[in-house]
Amino acid sequence: MEVYIHIPFCVRKCAYCDFLSFAADDELKSRYMDALVTEIRDFPHDPPVSAESVYIGGGTPSILPAEQIAGIMDAVREVFILDADAEISMEANPGTVTEEKLRVYRDSGINRLSFGCQSADDEELKALGRIHTWEQFTESFALARKAGFTNLNIDLMSGLPGQTEASWEKSLRSAAALSPEHISAYSLILEKGTPMYDRYDAQAALLEKGISEAELRKKISADRYLPDEETERRMYDRTAEILSEYGFRQYEISNYAKEGYACRHNIGYWTGVPYVGVGLGASSYMKTTRYRNTSDMALYLRDSSLGRKWESLNEKDLMAEFVILGLRMTEGFSRGEFLHRFGRDIDRVYGSVIDRYVKLGLLEEKNGRIRLTRQGISVSNTVMEDFLP
Amino acid sequence: MAGIDQSRIRNFCIIAHIDHGKSTLADRIIEKTGLLTSREMQDQVLDNMDLERERGITIKAQACRIIYNAKDGQEYILNMIDTPGHVDFNYEVSRSLAACDGAVLVVDSTQGVEAQTVGNVYLAMEHDLEIFPVLNKIDLPSAHPEEVKQEIEDIIGIEAEDAPEISAKTGQNVEEVLEDIVKKIPAPDGDPKAPLKALIFDSVYDAYKGVIISVRIRDGSVKPGDRIRLMATGAEEEVVEVGYFGAGQMIPCDELTTGMVGYITASIKRIQDTRVGDTVTNADRPCDEALPGYKKVQPMVYCGLYTEDPTKYPDLRDALEKLELNDASLFYEPETSAALGFGFRCGFLGLLHLEIVTERLEREYDLDLITTAPGVVYKVHKTNGEVIELTNPSNLPDPAEIDYMEEPIVKAEIMVTKDYVGAIMQLCEERRGEYQNMEYLEANRALLTYHMPLNEIIYDFFDALKSRSHGYASLDYEMLGYQRSELVKLDILVNREPVDALSFIVFADSAYERGRKMCEKLKDEIPRQLFDIPVQAAIGSKVIARETVKALRKDVLAKCYGGDISRKKKLLEKQKEGKKRMRQFGNVEIPKEAFLNVLKLDEQ
Repeated sequence: MEVYIHIPFCVRKCAYCDFLSFAADDELKSRYMDALVTEIRDFPHDPPVSAESVYIGGGTPSILPAEQIAGIMDAVREVFILDADAEISMEANPGTVTEEKLRVYRDSGINRLSFGCQSADDEELKALGRIHTWEQFTESFALARKAGFTNLNIDLMSGLPGQTEASWEKSLRSAAALSPEHISAYSLILEKGTPMYDRYDAQAALLEKGISEAELRKKISADRYLPDEETERRMYDRTAEILSEYGFRQYEISNYAKEGYACRHNIGYWTGVPYVGVGLGASSYMKTTRYRNTSDMALYLRDSSLGRKWESLNEKDLMAEFVILGLRMTEGFSRGEFLHRFGRDIDRVYGSVIDRYVKLGLLEEKNGRIRLTRQGISVSNTVMEDFLP
Repeated sequence: MAGIDQSRIRNFCIIAHIDHGKSTLADRIIEKTGLLTSREMQDQVLDNMDLERERGITIKAQACRIIYNAKDGQEYILNMIDTPGHVDFNYEVSRSLAACDGAVLVVDSTQGVEAQTVGNVYLAMEHDLEIFPVLNKIDLPSAHPEEVKQEIEDIIGIEAEDAPEISAKTGQNVEEVLEDIVKKIPAPDGDPKAPLKALIFDSVYDAYKGVIISVRIRDGSVKPGDRIRLMATGAEEEVVEVGYFGAGQMIPCDELTTGMVGYITASIKRIQDTRVGDTVTNADRPCDEALPGYKKVQPMVYCGLYTEDPTKYPDLRDALEKLELNDASLFYEPETSAALGFGFRCGFLGLLHLEIVTERLEREYDLDLITTAPGVVYKVHKTNGEVIELTNPSNLPDPAEIDYMEEPIVKAEIMVTKDYVGAIMQLCEERRGEYQNMEYLEANRALLTYHMPLNEIIYDFFDALKSRSHGYASLDYEMLGYQRSELVKLDILVNREPVDALSFIVFADSAYERGRKMCEKLKDEIPRQLFDIPVQAAIGSKVIARETVKALRKDVLAKCYGGDISRKKKLLEKQKEGKKRMRQFGNVEIPKEAFLNVLKLDEQ
């Protein structure tokens, strides 16, 4: 079992963010913490349930007073038996941590921090609506090391307005040079309802036709331009190359780690490990069911179990998810594991699809594992959709 | 209804330019004669097809019998036959006229004589009809009846001095029209004692009664139980019912006598047996020879019709069969397209006819249609001396076998307000028009005459005309004949495979421009796939325009953790749903909408 805890608060919402998070006053925060602890305690734990990882995400969990985080960890321990080597992660934003806070985190058992940094270029950070500069980030990062954290992640983002291959490379090298254990590199996604979407949707729509940035510049006049598809593709290819120079190995579409530091919690999601998510809008998955908590704060504060959305998964859904999530990892998924889990040879279910994409060079098979090729990763959606029931 | 006095029957029609108020006058006449009360009147009762009422135009000829008590104290039976106003429907006008003895010519007193007014009058004259004019819309402030009367006398050459000045809208002076019908239109001639001789001027299929034929009795009479023979096909049937037309309904009667207009049902099952223009006679006592009927009009515009859902093909065939019954000008034959499946190559009198037929098929028969690019009938002169009439670009012989080609030329008359004369002349030149004449009908209105290839008109001429004149231009055209021309077949290739449904014949000099536009449009309609898809326009093996649907290069890479999984799946499902709506074409998937959108004429 994995445990996810959602903290929906942040200092200020970023321009691209459509996560469940918002700025809130202390009173709301403390009422939320009460409801959250109650939800954790309500989780059926007789007989006791063991957990191999905990992940406190947000929002920005690090804006909470450190004692509240410690309180959450106490509640978790009341309910779950944590493995001795459990991975316990927490997301933190630069500018929200102090030496003192970091020390309390460590004492509460947290052993991995994930910093939302996004870029080493202050102009890009500003365009994203981030509250910190690169320098502020490096300060926070150094504090974390000083506090004794030996497993740190840095989040970076490509495909930003105004970003060039050079500036992306600089961000990668700057982050890697700090020698974190893990780097996540995502593409910017323009989500409806965000200021970023409103500003750049017209550009995105044109780029979606496959036009170049030069052509885009002729059609639209703007202060900043989104990188075109070719540029993004090169950025993506460069990411793995550059990070490998620093000893990082790519293990998933967007994740890179030094030996032994791949995020176990996230690997759990891609390999079908059951998880319980607590907090506003958090998802849980057990066997053939997934449910999502309400996103309505008032409702959640009244009773965290109100307004849950249930999704029941039949065997076809489960097989599709197994493949789709498995393909996110660079190692892919194992035939034997599929057989073991569903009692059927994968070729009898997906033989023709796998065959077709192997022939097109988008999938490959090696030592009983099936995975996307480099080219396949670029068009992963097209490949993945064909595994849906 | 036995004992109707032949001398008190009047068979007439109303002819007019579109929008001059023909249908409104018909409504008022029905109202005045008391067949229906004002309250029962729905606007334009004669137009009983939804489509007609919506567009405010009359498509199908309709008949209606009314009783009128004239000022001379006698009761008259008036058979009013409604006729379509648009040039595309000359054929229908023609068959309606054949059933009449006279015509009421409605002229809008605010607009005066229009191109179609003249055309319809000439048609009526060809049928030896007695014609008298009526000036409508007299209630409008801009009416200038005296000038219009002069115009009628000058341009058409019929006497208009004492023409009734009416308002069909308000009913003002409509009495006068009725009196004129009685006084000026002759009673039908014909011998009541002679063998039955009746002209079929319309037929419709009714689910309960079978085929219903509309007839005008020239000689003799017909009643239920008679055996009739349809002279063209030789089919014989027993008459089940005869009757006349009320407003929007059929009223059975004992007998149809000489001079009457009415209908016959005779358990005719095969709709192919009834031909509009054919003569009905008595099988036991046949007449010597058939009526001349009237000339069959040749379709001028052709296109392929396909159902969006290929399994609906038989429904389309049934619908066309039924439609053909009362639209003899509609031509169709089966064809197959690699891209669209089974369908029909259909011939129409013009673009409006095409549009109306497709709309009727979609609406009345609940079909979703794909229409291929309309084309005209080309004459292909082969080197071996053979001449082919080409209606489907796919059938064009190998260029090596072609000596030369000819295309149909029309005389286009464009009425336009002064301000836009220049713009419209420019448009006509661009479309290969040859200037013939310009005449100012009034200080502000000119009639431009051009000789122009029909091909140019059916492309997007109407839309261009409308936009360049801001709606102040109207077009009328008639066939002149054929003219030798440099024509080529333009093929559209997707991923190097020709898409037959998109091929068309085009003037050589316009090929590049048209090809480029088609490629651009198609490029936007085809979703990106795993490989580059060239979209090309080609003449023979020579590619003249090219666009590329670029291969997908990179999906945006979103993170995908616990809470994202459902969302990611929904995204993929949506994408997959879109794929299902596509037609597999070689290796390429093309959405059905792409064909529709590319073939749509009105989108520039």
